Amino acid sequence: MLDLTPKESYERKALRINPAKTCQPIGAMYAALGIHNCMPHSHGSQGCCSYHRMQLTRHFKDPIMATTSSFTEGASVFGGGANFKTAMKNIFSIYNPDIVAVHTTCLSETVGDDLVTYIASSEIPEGKIVIHANTPSYVGSHITGFSSMVKAMVAYLSKNTGVENGKVNILPGFVGPADMREYKRILKIMGIPYIIMPDTSGVVDSPMTEGFKMFPKGGTKIEEIKDTGNSKRTFAFGSVSSQDAAIELEKKCKVPFDTLPIPIGIDATDEFLMKLVKLAGGEVPYEIEEERGQLVDLMLDTHQYFHGKKVAIIGDPDTVIPFTQFAISLGMNPRYVVTGTPGDKFEKTINGMMEKAGVQGAKVKSSGDFFEMHQWIKNEPVDLIVGNSHAKYIARAENTPLIRLGFPVLDRYGYYYNPKIGYRGSMRLIEMMCDAILDKMDRECKEEDFELVL
Amino acid sequence: MKKVLDQVLEVYPAKTFKNRKKHILIKSNDEPNPVIQANVRTVPGIMTNRGCCYAGCKGVVLGPVKDMVHITHGPIGCAYYTWATRRNKAKAEDGGQNFLEYTFSTDMQEKDIVFGGVEKLKQAIKEAVDLFHPKAVGIYATCPVGLIGDDINAVAQEATKEYGIQVLAFNCEGYKGVSQSAGHHIANNNILESVVGRGKKPLEQKKFSINMLGEYNIGGDAWEIERVLEKIGYNVVGRFSGDGTYDRLEQSYVADLNLVQCHRSINYIAEMMEIRYGIPWVKVNFIGVESTIETLRNMAKCFNDPGLTRRTEEVIEEELEAISEEISFYKDKLHGKTACLFVGGSRAHHYQKLLEDLGIKTILAGYEFGHRDDYEGREVIPTIKLDADTRNIPELTVEKDEERYRIIIPPERYETLKEEIPFEYYGGMIKDMDEGAIVVDDLNHHETEQFIKLLKPDMFFSGIKDKYVIQKMGVVSKQLHSYDYSGPYAGFRGAAVFARDLAAGVFTPAWGYVTPPWRKEPLLEGQIVGGEK
Ligand code: SF4
Ligand code: SF4
Repeated sequence: MLDLTPKESYERKALRINPAKTCQPIGAMYAALGIHNCMPHSHGSQGCCSYHRMQLTRHFKDPIMATTSSFTEGASVFGGGANFKTAMKNIFSIYNPDIVAVHTTCLSETVGDDLVTYIASSEIPEGKIVIHANTPSYVGSHITGFSSMVKAMVAYLSKNTGVENGKVNILPGFVGPADMREYKRILKIMGIPYIIMPDTSGVVDSPMTEGFKMFPKGGTKIEEIKDTGNSKRTFAFGSVSSQDAAIELEKKCKVPFDTLPIPIGIDATDEFLMKLVKLAGGEVPYEIEEERGQLVDLMLDTHQYFHGKKVAIIGDPDTVIPFTQFAISLGMNPRYVVTGTPGDKFEKTINGMMEKAGVQGAKVKSSGDFFEMHQWIKNEPVDLIVGNSHAKYIARAENTPLIRLGFPVLDRYGYYYNPKIGYRGSMRLIEMMCDAILDKMDRECKEEDFELVL
Repeated sequence: MKKVLDQVLEVYPAKTFKNRKKHILIKSNDEPNPVIQANVRTVPGIMTNRGCCYAGCKGVVLGPVKDMVHITHGPIGCAYYTWATRRNKAKAEDGGQNFLEYTFSTDMQEKDIVFGGVEKLKQAIKEAVDLFHPKAVGIYATCPVGLIGDDINAVAQEATKEYGIQVLAFNCEGYKGVSQSAGHHIANNNILESVVGRGKKPLEQKKFSINMLGEYNIGGDAWEIERVLEKIGYNVVGRFSGDGTYDRLEQSYVADLNLVQCHRSINYIAEMMEIRYGIPWVKVNFIGVESTIETLRNMAKCFNDPGLTRRTEEVIEEELEAISEEISFYKDKLHGKTACLFVGGSRAHHYQKLLEDLGIKTILAGYEFGHRDDYEGREVIPTIKLDADTRNIPELTVEKDEERYRIIIPPERYETLKEEIPFEYYGGMIKDMDEGAIVVDDLNHHETEQFIKLLKPDMFFSGIKDKYVIQKMGVVSKQLHSYDYSGPYAGFRGAAVFARDLAAGVFTPAWGYVTPPWRKEPLLEGQIVGGEK
């Protein structure tokens, strides 16, 4: 496995190998799926759209709907205006969404297509809405694309009508539908009214009940998106995936915001709950305290399996940052922390965390890739790898236990039903990590050392 | 049936209606050679299943060549999505390399778009050569590359000189043509122009040498086919391109026969090799028991060697013996069921044969990006008009290689054989379909949904984007691109694997649980809920 990866390090300036990111539009498509009755639309050549639908389908094992402008060479030279207009006509006549959320690709961005003008000159049926985000793939990553689409929701729809709704806005970050459900569950227990945007639960984890529905039950309603302008406060989870939208909302509708880490692990979840109680007053209900107590119980019960264990973490910045803190809180030793998404903040934040915890010599890198991380592991192995499905090749090559976290998880089923955020999600993560470590021990220890009770 | 079509087309706006009507037809014995519209631009916004030229070139044809470093010149996505997602299996040959667990990209950034990406590309090639010393390097253009004017051909030429290995450039920008198909063509041209026949060392000419063309070893298909071919006594030289190597492509000119499995993606090379080296090609189909047998017998006829012919029959008998019990077990379970197929450019036809072996009737079939010849047969090629969207895909003209051209089958015998076997001929899909069956080109989501509602098939074979739509509609959906991570499906053993997988899908107990029991029976009055009743 990966036999051609040399141990000796080699500095690459141009060749990207096995990236730890993908391109913007897939993030925008995912965000758009979090709007109820919305058709994501890819303004570019159709290959991108097919690829993005495929990869999301492979992750969620669920239908992922999106349309494309299907550029041809002519459109690539003269602009995609005609394609866009035709597309809008077809989409509304055939599929009848309430809203179309358009994103762009490398092609339309390089051509310089002006979406604002195209939208204005398209025939859009009465009461229907078209919004857009520019998502050039040569900037940032899929997380950037997600962020841009959430920002577009605000820019096009959010409105401060002067009628306060007494709610908090939750910008959940680039997380799965189970995580969105978990945010909602926590807020419900806390008794705090909220608007979550986007919300892919009930869309990409839809049940097998009444047959196929083009636009499933889930998704944030357009009315709710508009109403985000009347909320008390916005919580933007994940600075890369959510902060831009929160800033936009503050600018446009004067809703103040806090940027918080995605609540993975105990510290980030504590921070989230502290913010909530401070905002809403009152107490944290026992139900939540019980969950937290269970998590701490589990941390204590399992500590011997985590203490000092070296871990390599790779994935999206907003997931990797809180997860690294979680690993530290478990007494682990994060050796390699990598994201493919560019941005200096990542390294600064992680290094700060490490310093505070007294962890030394870790390699931290944004704009990194799987190839380089594998080279590091070859030089100094780790006890556990945390990453998406692409990490499984390294895990096998180096005989290292792996837990799958983040996007995409292409090779396991049911991943999308279990939250990874909140105290509950953190418990699930401990279970996964502990299982992975103990499974390896069981498989490889001498027979006389094989234990019934662990 | 006519009514079915009307219902499907009903919602389309006028222009779309006019367009889509020409892509759909009903097979009728009154009109044995109907004309279908194919290989034209996709209707924007219709939710097509098609991909792009880059996918056809890098993803399909070249990507499987395992010992080349394939560098995608573009932003990260294109390289990312072709990273291990198509199951073209490969293992390193003795002492050789296998790069299929990797994906390589120049990961273009904004400044590369503004100032051009040529320098970065050069540097990337250098790094690939330093790090891996590969047999050859491929460079693949993506959407922005053509627009910003990076001259990847010049880079390739220069690098070829500098590193002493072949560096190939493919101008397969995603917007070229109207589908993956353009990419196949571009790949074919360059392989033939720059790779085939280049090998200095003329390979020893072994007996019964063949090339496999248009077989990508999805789920191990090519290995299963080769297992049987080698048992009979064939020698597989070139693999285009499942489990392929650069050397095998180079040396493929020594073979005596080209087998064309996927006509769409590789017929260009087959034709050009015939002109250049005199190697005849024959359309084969290793999908399905009956078609595999027919293919093996046709091959034996080409070589006309008594030993080989005898061995062919012996192997057929052995292989049949090994699977027939299993096949008839599943046939008992599956026969009489109906199927729809919608796959790229060849499987929608090939798999009808395998379904037929199992007693399953095909009621609808279509290609994403087949051309008219894939539907109607190669005889219509002279009548196909190229439109503005495909006219820019270069046509390569090749000439006879005076030194290496051989007459492999004497002309007189060739002419008589031609009556019997599909030399240089593919009859297309429509001829093999039943009266009343529906043929749809570039099927889209709306049509898929409507046809399922109206035709109520027992199973629908398609790809990943459709799979869960169909399943949610209560119909079994098996992917015929990725085989749902199973396989092989080719050859004798493959047929048995397919039958088993299909039966698992049709008879999984989960189907019985879709409707909750409380929706099936009137509920008794609640005793507990509400308490006090
Ligand atoms: S990188 Fe650009 S061209 Fe490639 S898939 Fe992404 S948007 Fe499409
Ligand atoms: S079998 Fe279909 S998907 Fe595969 S290469 Fe041929 S046309 Fe493409």
